[in-house]
Amino acid sequence: MATPTNIIEELVNREYRYGFVTPVEEEVFPPGLNEDIIRRISAKKNEPEWLLEWRLRAYRYWAKLVEEGAEPRWANVTYPPIDYQAICYYAAPKRRPKSLDEVDPEIRRTYERLGIPLEEQERLAGVAVDAVFDSVSVATTFRQKLAELGIIFCSFSEAVQEYPELVRKWLGSVVPYTDNFFAALNSAVFSDGSFVYVPKGVRCPMELSTYFRINASQTGQFERTLIIADEGAYVSYLEGCTAPMRDENQLHAAVVELIALDNATIKYSTVQNWYPGDREGRGGIYNFVTKRGKCLGRNSKISWTQVEVGSAITWKYPSCILIGDNSVGEFYSVAVTNHYQQADTGTKMIHIGKNTRSTIISKGISAGHGQNTYRGMVKIMRGATGARNYSQCDSLLLGDKCGAHTFPYIEVHEPTAQLEHEATTSKISEEQLFYCRQRGLSAEDAISMIVNGFCKEVLRELPMEFAVEAQKLLGISLEGSVG
Amino acid sequence: MNRRPLLEIRNLRVRINGQEILKGITLAVYPGEVHSIMGPNGSGKSTLAQVLAGREVYEIVEGEVLYDGEDLLPMSPEERARRGIFLAFQYPVEIPGVSNLYFLKAAVNTVRKQRGLPELDAMEFLALAREKAKLVELDESLLQRAVNDGFSGGEKKRNEIFQMTLLEPRLAILDETDSGLDIDALRVVAQGINALRHPDRAIVLITHYQRLLNYVTPDVVHVLYDGRIVKSGGKELALELEEKGYGWIAEEIIGSARS
Repeated sequence: MATPTNIIEELVNREYRYGFVTPVEEEVFPPGLNEDIIRRISAKKNEPEWLLEWRLRAYRYWAKLVEEGAEPRWANVTYPPIDYQAICYYAAPKRRPKSLDEVDPEIRRTYERLGIPLEEQERLAGVAVDAVFDSVSVATTFRQKLAELGIIFCSFSEAVQEYPELVRKWLGSVVPYTDNFFAALNSAVFSDGSFVYVPKGVRCPMELSTYFRINASQTGQFERTLIIADEGAYVSYLEGCTAPMRDENQLHAAVVELIALDNATIKYSTVQNWYPGDREGRGGIYNFVTKRGKCLGRNSKISWTQVEVGSAITWKYPSCILIGDNSVGEFYSVAVTNHYQQADTGTKMIHIGKNTRSTIISKGISAGHGQNTYRGMVKIMRGATGARNYSQCDSLLLGDKCGAHTFPYIEVHEPTAQLEHEATTSKISEEQLFYCRQRGLSAEDAISMIVNGFCKEVLRELPMEFAVEAQKLLGISLEGSVG
Repeated sequence: MNRRPLLEIRNLRVRINGQEILKGITLAVYPGEVHSIMGPNGSGKSTLAQVLAGREVYEIVEGEVLYDGEDLLPMSPEERARRGIFLAFQYPVEIPGVSNLYFLKAAVNTVRKQRGLPELDAMEFLALAREKAKLVELDESLLQRAVNDGFSGGEKKRNEIFQMTLLEPRLAILDETDSGLDIDALRVVAQGINALRHPDRAIVLITHYQRLLNYVTPDVVHVLYDGRIVKSGGKELALELEEKGYGWIAEEIIGSARS
């Protein structure tokens, strides 16, 4: 019988497994960004005029920020300036399938190698998948079955064609293009992503998931996800991502918007495993992402769970705006930085409604020369009577060349609010390792065990299939961090 | 005797931070025997225990150690453990977040694997753990808690003995397991040790005081003083030490050096 211990043992000895490139003919726009490129993206997707206008407004806003030199510099990360004119903003496989059966066999094989078969019958019965390959969605499974319940689960491009009124109503309502530099860039050039609408009173019977794959080189990925849970609806959504190993850095700037109406719940889980770069810090993905949820309705709930093990740099703050009375926001995070990875991640909880509650559990693990920063804001607005927040930020260090940093910001304008903040920093000590090894465990097993124990509170928030995946990933990404 | 010693130490000299702690230890422990190593603070008792378990911070200057006829010193700590060497720590380490049960199941299964036995599944292991916990009167709630996390001093020591009875080592080294225990806990610890006595197994008790030896009768008592074994004898030696303290040993050594 396979035990967790020997599964991890096997996995810690593996390199990044997803670093291959798929030989598929793609249409790639030339590098560079200007209004013409944006018009071409929009035309490619046969978009309505209002959407093109929105993109152009976003582009002009972004171009102004570039001119002003307003690219954000406050994060605790360092990287050379990005040449936005050297990036390609659109890459898509030339053969576009009309149905699942027509998916290019090479692409199908790619997802199989990633452990995501696109055949519905082979898929875990409980998960529907939208597969995004570079700039476009290549397949979405179980659409028919979900449609019977009135649930819309499709690529963003299709949603624009088939449900334009829903898209128009909610797009940018949580993250406006003026929100920040990368959100503006995304709004200008986003090419695809997933769209979910769960109607009133419907509990989505399966996990919905999007699997993002970067394949083309010199290309950025800019996807956009929009999830709306109508009154009393429930949906659990999973997101996974990988990319080939390359010496160059690639930019991934996504935007995710969640909207929960009265009594609705959205659970959003991410296992982020973009290529992290090599041991010397060459290559890897810049993961600059804006994720935010709006608890618009009373008693609504949005819960973010993220396991961040990949990317050269992560810049990401999945947040909740708690507008509806009694609404609940949660953020559970594990962020791992090994070798030369840098992460600046955390959350914002903005309490506006009465009796709103939020929980933040952040676990940062640093190894090698990794730098791990938790940055979080809890803001209680005037009138948010009875608001409560509990924050816990724990850091675990492996070795003495890595770093852990914590920047909690608290802003309270409401005297009845209650906030609690706890923080710890610990190190896996030589004594702990020796103790484990004296009981027969290898050093790698001991570290996996201690790290998994450290992250337990977060891992148990993940849907089961993902929890197993995440545990394995923690083992892999800390490989070589002993000694 | 044509039996082979389970543990044979020959002229072992060990250094840490440039300071020699063990200055030539020679010792043979045969299967079935219980040896007690006594000595004042700073005599090198714990160093000896840690070196035998494979702690890498010590530098071996000279000598060799054979375990069941094989060269022990090149083996990693985990390999020694898998081959049946168990160290009950003087200061058991806390591992927050890792449940005692989960930790021990992994440990027991690596040892079982080494011995060619099938691994235990969660239910089988739980049954075994409950049975052994009863033996050392370990509160069952401690099984679910994180390893040693928030345990009292006595609970930590009991947990060490509990682990020992689960792992069924061939060579058990107990480093001052008796220190800091009240009389009930001492009795329980002794019970655990006695239950482990077996013709194929050897036990080395490192202790500062004689009182554990009221419950566990050693075959041989050694006195470690300033990195050397200066005296060996039967269990009566322990009583003599208890009565006279360690001072007379020092005088005897100085005296013999003068003569």
